[in-house]
Amino acid sequence: MQQALITRINDFAFKLANVNGTGSASANGLLMQAIFRMGIPVSGKNLFPSNIQGLPTWYEIRVNKHGHTARTSEYDLMVAMNAETYARDVAEVRPGGWVLFDSTWPLDRSLLRPDVTFLGVPYARLCIEAFAESRERTLMKNIAYVGTLAALLSIDMDVVSGMLKEKFGKKPALMESNRKAIQLGYDYANENFEHPLPIRLEKMDATKDSILIDGNTATALGCVYAGATVAAWYPITPSTSVLDGFKSLCEKYRTDKVTGKRRYCILQAEDELAAIGMVIGASWAGARAFTSTAGPGISLMNELIGLAYYAEIPAVIVDVQRVGPSTGMPTRTQQGDILLCAYASHGDTKHVVLFPANPGECFDFAVKAFDLAERFQTPVFMLTDLDIGMNDWVIPRLTWDDNHRPNRGHVLSREDLEALPKFYRYSPEDELGVAARTLPGVHQKGAFFTRGSGHNKLGGYTEVPDEYQEVMDRLARKHRAARNWVPAAMIERRRDATFGVVTVGGCDLAVREALERLEDIGLRADYCRVRGFPFGDEIEEFMHGHNPVFVIEQNRDAQLRSLLTLETSVSKEKLRSVLAYGGFPLQAAQVVDGITAELQGGRS
Amino acid sequence: MSYIKKPVAKHPSLKPNKLGLTVRDYEGAMSTLCAGCGHDSVTAAIVRAFHELDTPPHMVAKLSGIGCSSKTPTYFLSGAHGFNSAHGRMPAIATGANAANKELLYIGVSGDGDSMSIGLGQLCHAIRRNVNMLYIIENNGVYGLTKGQFSASSDVGSKSKKGEPNTQPPLDPVRLALSIGATFVARSFSGDKEQLVPILKAGLRHKGLALVDVISPCVTFNDHEGSTKSYVHTRKNQLPIAVTDFVPPAEEITATLAEGVSTSVTLHDGSVVQFRKVAVDYDPTDRAAVMMYLEERQTSGEVPVGLLFLDEKGTEMHEDAKTVDIPLARVPYEDLCPGSVALDRLQEMYR
Repeated sequence: MQQALITRINDFAFKLANVNGTGSASANGLLMQAIFRMGIPVSGKNLFPSNIQGLPTWYEIRVNKHGHTARTSEYDLMVAMNAETYARDVAEVRPGGWVLFDSTWPLDRSLLRPDVTFLGVPYARLCIEAFAESRERTLMKNIAYVGTLAALLSIDMDVVSGMLKEKFGKKPALMESNRKAIQLGYDYANENFEHPLPIRLEKMDATKDSILIDGNTATALGCVYAGATVAAWYPITPSTSVLDGFKSLCEKYRTDKVTGKRRYCILQAEDELAAIGMVIGASWAGARAFTSTAGPGISLMNELIGLAYYAEIPAVIVDVQRVGPSTGMPTRTQQGDILLCAYASHGDTKHVVLFPANPGECFDFAVKAFDLAERFQTPVFMLTDLDIGMNDWVIPRLTWDDNHRPNRGHVLSREDLEALPKFYRYSPEDELGVAARTLPGVHQKGAFFTRGSGHNKLGGYTEVPDEYQEVMDRLARKHRAARNWVPAAMIERRRDATFGVVTVGGCDLAVREALERLEDIGLRADYCRVRGFPFGDEIEEFMHGHNPVFVIEQNRDAQLRSLLTLETSVSKEKLRSVLAYGGFPLQAAQVVDGITAELQGGRS
Repeated sequence: MSYIKKPVAKHPSLKPNKLGLTVRDYEGAMSTLCAGCGHDSVTAAIVRAFHELDTPPHMVAKLSGIGCSSKTPTYFLSGAHGFNSAHGRMPAIATGANAANKELLYIGVSGDGDSMSIGLGQLCHAIRRNVNMLYIIENNGVYGLTKGQFSASSDVGSKSKKGEPNTQPPLDPVRLALSIGATFVARSFSGDKEQLVPILKAGLRHKGLALVDVISPCVTFNDHEGSTKSYVHTRKNQLPIAVTDFVPPAEEITATLAEGVSTSVTLHDGSVVQFRKVAVDYDPTDRAAVMMYLEERQTSGEVPVGLLFLDEKGTEMHEDAKTVDIPLARVPYEDLCPGSVALDRLQEMYR
């Protein structure tokens, strides 16, 4: 019980255990948003099942005044609203922590831990008494615990009422139910518990220039700002909300106010084979087009990705990674598609891949992906993951430069073609190994035959070895040239660092927190976060300059490490892996443990 | 198969169309298909159709999948952009291209392997979307490039070159298309250009997807006795349902109101399709009746040919998607990017 008495302000984590389909998502979202509005750095991780109603679901909220908002499983408080999972939920609370539960029915004696404080509120009974309708009674139980937590954690009730007004302003009846439920929970805590708890919130000023947004929405926003007009997709978790977001943004910004006509076309394809085909067709005809999918979709798209690579057609492919192989765990996160995307399709193919680490980079990199795809006339992947894509993140406000103009690459106009004696699709090449392309409908002189079959540098069909190789060699040069165009790695150096750490994408926050913790115990490392493939020279230099280099990623097979050894001159031996691939977002503790085990285990 | 380069000389007697182009201007490279291949006759019909419609070649996009049929876009309209894509994937690529630029005339050339097997799903969904394009299936019942395997359109009992009979029931593109809402469905025979050309012209002018199944015999692997996709068998068993005339909008319809016109349909652009010598009680605008009629005739081994069904009132993909009038590929960036002020305002929602 000793720990419970230490007051910790704006530095704790709690978990909410619910049944899915009971309205818990809006209650939990409300909590996180309220903390964000109190100016405190916060994160929310939705650990949900691949199911619509009735299965266990969890939500974790971490509050950290230092901005360490990677996932943590060191829970100070558990809101246990699901009887089915009481046992494991109670077991997960740290010693000295609290469990808030529905005391309408007494907890089984076997669940009571002596080192944890149990706070019972009879939510079901309170809601039965207060609400008439059965669905409302279920939903409002979850809203009621928001009130209790407001009392226990010192959540600003003015902030909460303000949010209810915004959310339900047009539905007064719903607002009243929510307000009443919150008050029930708040009053009960007020009358029955000592509060606030030693873990509590205090207003800060750390989020006023920030927004709370998920990566998929930010990706969609990037696609809108990039000027994408054609989107083709097949519904798949966890990427579906990219297209949901794109649709609602286009309805808002791309609908003609007078005629109601749309400056976009969204095609819900019959499968991912067709989705990528549509993207390729639309890009070929001159639109900016993209698709959004997850690993299983990439598997299906492999065939046509090779066509786009070989025929040199731009395509933007967003892969919101989930746990594989096969169907895997659709609602869990992983970085398991790195190699798949880097080399997607049969034959010699390699692609440009961007790795955002948060919703802010999702926005920026989505815009960049279209420029790269058109400048290099090739498929460009943006690899996010379920954690980045579907969870809400606190990020600095997005900014936009109104002078931005898209880089459409080399596309010959009617005038260009008229001035040209003869057009050949793949000659002459520029300094990056890219040749000018033409669009259908512009000029007869620009007509050519696009093909995925063997072709020579003039675009003609060939089965001649030298002619085939000449084109393949140029494609390799082109890919290599892209290393100076993808976002450079983020490198952060520490004084007296003795080793290096390389990571990618959504590992960023956990790894940076881990590096601070390691520094506290005298282990200092330089940090390098890969943001694009082909790898820029700075990544190779970083690895050459450190020994050992830890490569931290979220998959079993050390895919980033494999790619680094395949594509740079760094020896495999000096790259040590720290891997987490169970499906939940990476924690700093996992990184610290992995690195210290290696360094102190005598292997360094 | 020919190895010579195609001569460019034009015969002085070739008649120019309204654009001053002769039929030679609508041709492509020399065919590399087998001599006598039905597909080459289809190519010739396509060339004539475009020439007679006074189409500027660069306003056409010609697409295909993989297979003998899919080689043919090389052999017509060298002034048009072509896309020889992947096996069975042409419908999706054509759909995307059409989404980006609806001003072009789209022609997709496919085969029975490409459209009835590996690309069956994509064909069905292109029909459902009613993508504005002419979709030709050069149907020979056999895989040619891989040397003679049965395709999914082979009839039960039809014999391979080695004498082996096909035992699995065929997929019929015509009845399939009708059952999933196609708005223009025709079957023709590569050996009958007089019938095929007006159908192609009507298909190019139709608003929506025009499916034309052309029986196009494979002289190398499926033109023997016992095959139901041979020249001899098709000639003997074809059952002309209707003779179709295509009357472009500029022409006086009264002058061409030939004898025996039983029904006519006005297309989106004002041109008219006239049906002559239609079998008694056959209504090419009544989907259910057409399906029943075909079911009866085909079970008895006949091959009904002609423009079998036409519905000009269907909703084409862009109408359904409510896109702006100019092609999406040409919408200026300024009209696509909401800008910094909008972004600031939007982000108030994410507070």
